[in-house]
Amino acid sequence: MKKQLQRILFMLMVFSVTIALYGCTGGKEGEGDITESLPESNTAQNEPKKGGSIVVGIQQDLDSLDPHMIEAAGTSEVLFNIFEGLVKPDENGELVPAVASGYKISEDGTTYTFTLREGVKFHNGQPVTIEDVIYSIQRCAGRLEGQTEPLVSAYSVITEVNQVDEKTVELVLEQGNTELIGYLTAAIIPKDYTEQNTNPVGTGPFRFVSYSPQHAFVMEANEEYWGGAPYLDKVEFRIVANTDSAMLGLKSGSIDIYPYLTSDQAAELSSQMNILSGPANIVQALFLNNQVEPFQDIRVRQALCYAVNVQEIMDMIADGYGTKIGTGMFSAFHQYYREDLKDYYQTDIVKAKELLTEAGYPNGFEMTITVPSNYQFHIDTAQVLVEQLKQVGIMAKIELIEWASWLTEVYRGRNYQSTVVGLDAELAPKALMGRYQSDSTKNFVNFSDKEYDEVLIQAVNSIDMQEKIETYQRLQEILTEQAASVYLQDPAKLVAMNKELAGFVFYPVYVLDMSKVYFKAE
Amino acid sequence: MKKKKILWAGIFITGFFLLILIVSFFYTPYNPNTMNGKEKFLAPCWTHWMGTDNFGRDIFSRVLAGLSTTFFVGISVTGIGAVFGTILGAFTGYFGGWLDEILMRINDALTAFPSILLALVFISILGTGKYNIILALGIIFIPSFARIVRGEFIRLKELDYVKSAKLMGAGKMRIMFVHILPNAMPALLSAITVGFNNAVLAEAGMSYLGIGVQPPDASLGKMLSEAQSFLFSAPWYVIFPGIVIILLILGFSFLSEGIGT
Repeated sequence: MKKQLQRILFMLMVFSVTIALYGCTGGKEGEGDITESLPESNTAQNEPKKGGSIVVGIQQDLDSLDPHMIEAAGTSEVLFNIFEGLVKPDENGELVPAVASGYKISEDGTTYTFTLREGVKFHNGQPVTIEDVIYSIQRCAGRLEGQTEPLVSAYSVITEVNQVDEKTVELVLEQGNTELIGYLTAAIIPKDYTEQNTNPVGTGPFRFVSYSPQHAFVMEANEEYWGGAPYLDKVEFRIVANTDSAMLGLKSGSIDIYPYLTSDQAAELSSQMNILSGPANIVQALFLNNQVEPFQDIRVRQALCYAVNVQEIMDMIADGYGTKIGTGMFSAFHQYYREDLKDYYQTDIVKAKELLTEAGYPNGFEMTITVPSNYQFHIDTAQVLVEQLKQVGIMAKIELIEWASWLTEVYRGRNYQSTVVGLDAELAPKALMGRYQSDSTKNFVNFSDKEYDEVLIQAVNSIDMQEKIETYQRLQEILTEQAASVYLQDPAKLVAMNKELAGFVFYPVYVLDMSKVYFKAE
Repeated sequence: MKKKKILWAGIFITGFFLLILIVSFFYTPYNPNTMNGKEKFLAPCWTHWMGTDNFGRDIFSRVLAGLSTTFFVGISVTGIGAVFGTILGAFTGYFGGWLDEILMRINDALTAFPSILLALVFISILGTGKYNIILALGIIFIPSFARIVRGEFIRLKELDYVKSAKLMGAGKMRIMFVHILPNAMPALLSAITVGFNNAVLAEAGMSYLGIGVQPPDASLGKMLSEAQSFLFSAPWYVIFPGIVIILLILGFSFLSEGIGT
């Protein structure tokens, strides 16, 4: 016993001496400059090489493999490689023809005409026919037998889907709408194929191989892809439970690409991997349930906006990376986006307290922030928020919740007080702004404003570009004025990538395009 | 002689932590939850003895706060386990019979599951949080106490002094809790210190898994889990809470070793 004791004490001593020594050298060495390793414009010496397989870490399990049934952004991020719509977004945020080779929208915005691309094949070898296209659109619009509501709600404005000839399809809308094109990225799938959820078949650059829930999604190159086969032979998306195991995976080399690093992790990895940075294109906010005590009072919501200091959050958790936003939209929406709104609420503790007093909470109140436990970034944001809200007397408490429970309880159930998450969007301004329509199924913040609903209808229906931009900008203004939620930032997406790889492309939408990634030739 | 030394070592270490704990109620160098963006990841130095974490919070202050959380959970869990376990063990041990059979089989069933797994099942029903952890772990700790107390009661109830007490007309409750229980104390105390150790480790484990103490509150286990992302860039973050857990467990192990007969 005595010997054992001596041994234990000795070990403790050695241990503490090691720390003491380490402590002296200081720990800032890992904090390399991230931008240094940034440039992606490596051209001449980095000739792409065909072949190879990689592992990409993703943050959460897929909620469905059926492209029309997806709810989670993390799923569409992956399935972007498998499926394509008539059109698809490119890296500049423009819509480019995909399964269609071209399209035309009539002047009044009531008819869309698509010409099918020659030689596009499904992964099962069948050529894409006009029937498949019509079937896919009808399915999204919820007009197949046995369907009760549209799978893509924007499609409810389509009244007719007509086959003009073997290669041409025409969509007729109930009224002029030029925005629908942004939703025609919805996947084209084979007609009457019922196993989409277990063995998905699309037209994308990669073909489905296997999926094991909570573990991995594997896909291989589609050699017959109309746009040319991708460089990589095989890509595995591995579901990593948390960023810590991702870090271990990256360090040991078992993960080649991981797109959701914190700035600290990026700094730590910067010597070992290439770190790329770009906008994540999500609206991160402290979303408030506008129907529950005390957030049904606009003054309380505004007080929260005044109490929060976004710059401090970004400095604290991301070393300043990220872009502050003041409304429910982000800069990828170029002309629509109202950047000036980010300064609408300047941090002002006194004003926040005044508003709280007016609303009847001179001493603040207690609130709960429900945060999905798999998103360390949102958890960290919430922790800083808790500290900031304390300054105006609001005692916030964090409750961590599984992602699946977040979807059912918070998003669909709307049974929560506040939450920190990020919202993504298709390349149509309605995708983000439609979330606040009082009767929208996606309106999980329970926002309700009469003017907003009216302007939204006007915005969606307008076919005049100038009017469209003005109305959408007005919508953002209403959201900010009404303080629908406390809008925080469009975070930076920090991506770690194996140094032998190149070709990672940032998109203005939430996708991971693997078709352009390649191994550099020696 | 050796026993005594170990006992003293145990008393010294746990006493030291208790002292720190009491001090921390009144004074911590910094507010354990206050963030400071300018002082992220400071290595241990004179102003921050254990350095700072990824939010610039003082780790020493957080260790102190975490210590009190850990103690609180440990004591509550052992409390629940010991009180209910003793009552259960006393009755089943003293009376025996079918009640004993039934309760002990339930007991067996509970011990058949790994305790952490069982706690996870409770948590999935109750939801996460500090108090739910205490409840779940408390329930799981009952069987081990019940078993020990029951054994002691079975052994002691056959002894002469108990028989004499019976002959003098003492009531059953009196015999159980006034005559037998004090004699079962050494075994029980030793079980309590071991139980406290297990509770501390279990809490650390649960918080490490993210289902225990919720952020931003500190607990030693939670700190370990938060720190593992910075294992190489800021090793002091993981080392100090780790050492405190080790020492705490060591102290209580000595204590139980010293008390045990």
